[in-house]
Amino acid sequence: MSVARVVSDDRAPGALLEGRHLVKSFGATPALRDASVSVWPGEIVAVMGPSGSGKSTLLHCLAGILVPEAGEVLFSDRRLDTMGEPARSALRRDRFGFVFQSGQLVPELTAEENVALPLLLNRVRRSAALAETREWFERLGLSGLEQRRSGELSGGQAQRVAVARALVVHPEVLFADEPTGSLDSLTGEHVMELLVAACRQQGTTVVLVTHDARVAAYAEREVVVRDGTVSALTGGPVTR
Amino acid sequence: MSLVPVTLLGLLEREPSHGYDLKRDYDAYFGRDKPLPFGQVYATLGRLVRDGKAMAAGSEPGAGPDRKRYSITESGVAEVEAWLAEPVEPEPHLQTALFAKVTLALMLGRPAERYLDAQRAAHLQRMRELTERRRAGGVVDALLADHGLFHLEADLRWIDVTTARLSVLAQEVRS
Repeated sequence: MSVARVVSDDRAPGALLEGRHLVKSFGATPALRDASVSVWPGEIVAVMGPSGSGKSTLLHCLAGILVPEAGEVLFSDRRLDTMGEPARSALRRDRFGFVFQSGQLVPELTAEENVALPLLLNRVRRSAALAETREWFERLGLSGLEQRRSGELSGGQAQRVAVARALVVHPEVLFADEPTGSLDSLTGEHVMELLVAACRQQGTTVVLVTHDARVAAYAEREVVVRDGTVSALTGGPVTR
Repeated sequence: MSLVPVTLLGLLEREPSHGYDLKRDYDAYFGRDKPLPFGQVYATLGRLVRDGKAMAAGSEPGAGPDRKRYSITESGVAEVEAWLAEPVEPEPHLQTALFAKVTLALMLGRPAERYLDAQRAAHLQRMRELTERRRAGGVVDALLADHGLFHLEADLRWIDVTTARLSVLAQEVRS
């Protein structure tokens, strides 16, 4: 489908990340219909909505994983939607971090190697990468688990390793899609507390997709996606 | 304004009514577990007239103690609008007031989804405060905060389900 990439010039001043009038379909099924959202530096934004509302598609478009059919995605005033895949891939590797619901760790690698992986891909020397990695094991209460493989970790431990791997490159934006979805309530809260504390400490902006209000309550602001559009926004940009 | 007077006002905004019809509609939608006594209906209508929110719009001959027909005033309409738009203080067991707001808003063709979104925002703000209290405090604070959080979460689920069913509910209350 060919759709003109023409949008009005109504950019949000100071926003770090913006999706503007986004349209995305999967076959005949529309996922986003004119969805717009702005995220300011350092804030934690929860994206909520019913199953199938388009909230994960919105996150994937904002993160440059999916390319919208219309509308534009801006990160630091650069258009993501018109970038080629190699440039988007580099951006995702260098400036974004990702935490998903489960199954993100490479099973053949130890926990330590999993966390060090983004640094090694960025050609950081192995000794420096492992030194950086160890700090994250301490911060996230994972000390002693460095040599375990993912099958030897509990769900909560594996998610904390995934959080460490996402944050080890000091990303500007962390995209978290149902990060506690596979965890029990107490373990999920523990993971969220560590994730939020670490992101606040290093000023990482967080886009958090969740259907769980208790998880959304860790965010400073929420947007609600319904039927592919952002139908409710609460709060404004956070002043820091 | 408490629930009964503003609900009766909302029913009057829909259409001028007699006390008997107001009681019947109130009981059908809002008083299923606790029907409104006739005495309270007329006493409330009397106060609404006294306060300029409603007015007697003539009486009709017939059996029964009061065949006065009541209608809402502009001041009454403003009262209903202000009540609908103001989120309920987030606390457990608020469904009666919220349910009344949603039902009345749909009856009157008002933006029920917008009111529910405002309520949702008020609830999430309270949940943020409790989450922060739990984070900063000890185990007792955490347990007390959790009690509030679980109740607010249940309310939010009801708000979400109701939002998803607004069109069906609108058909029912407007039929």
